[in-house]
Amino acid sequence: MKITVSGETKDVADGITVTELMEQEKVETPEYVSVSVNEEFISRGDFSSTKLKEGDTVEFLYFMGGGSAA
Amino acid sequence: MARVILKKDDYKKMLEHARELAPEEACGLIAGTEAREESGIVRTVRKVYLLTNTDHSEEHFSLDPKEQLAAVKDMRESGWKPLGNWHSHPASPSRSSEEDIRLAFDKNASYLILSLMDKDNPVLHSFHVEDGISTQEELEIEG
Repeated sequence: MKITVSGETKDVADGITVTELMEQEKVETPEYVSVSVNEEFISRGDFSSTKLKEGDTVEFLYFMGGGSAA
Repeated sequence: MARVILKKDDYKKMLEHARELAPEEACGLIAGTEAREESGIVRTVRKVYLLTNTDHSEEHFSLDPKEQLAAVKDMRESGWKPLGNWHSHPASPSRSSEEDIRLAFDKNASYLILSLMDKDNPVLHSFHVEDGISTQEELEIEG
């Protein structure tokens, strides 16, 4: 099936989960990545049970933070 | 490492926002174009995004993921590349803290830090962070 990942159309296996897609896309430091599917953010605990559907739009967003504390 | 070019108006926008939010840290994203020249990579900032610091802290910042998503979509629609992020240090120098380095996951990004420590003389530097080491990049404010 075709889905859009970070703006690019990709062919993936039917019913692929968010966790499987992250592995396939070689997402680094996944513990610091937020995932949205069709602009809805998915809870981290639901990554492995969330199956993607044809036409879904997925975005991986790296946590961005820091600060002046040492 | 890259050379970063930032328009004066965008610098002023960043500075005004950081001053408004002080003593909390201000933060956002930068987007634009990237070119490989003989001297190295040149990143030209076309837009500075002002995002919410969800930590609302004087010593920490986290970008709001929803705003981050909206900014990424805007960059894509504009044909720009995400170039990195920026944040302010309201009361400390423009240098990467341990936390800044630990949370800098993208070695292909520029990390801009705006110090307001000297209120009359703000300092903006850009950093490249890789393998736990932060190195200052060349930053040119033009226009």
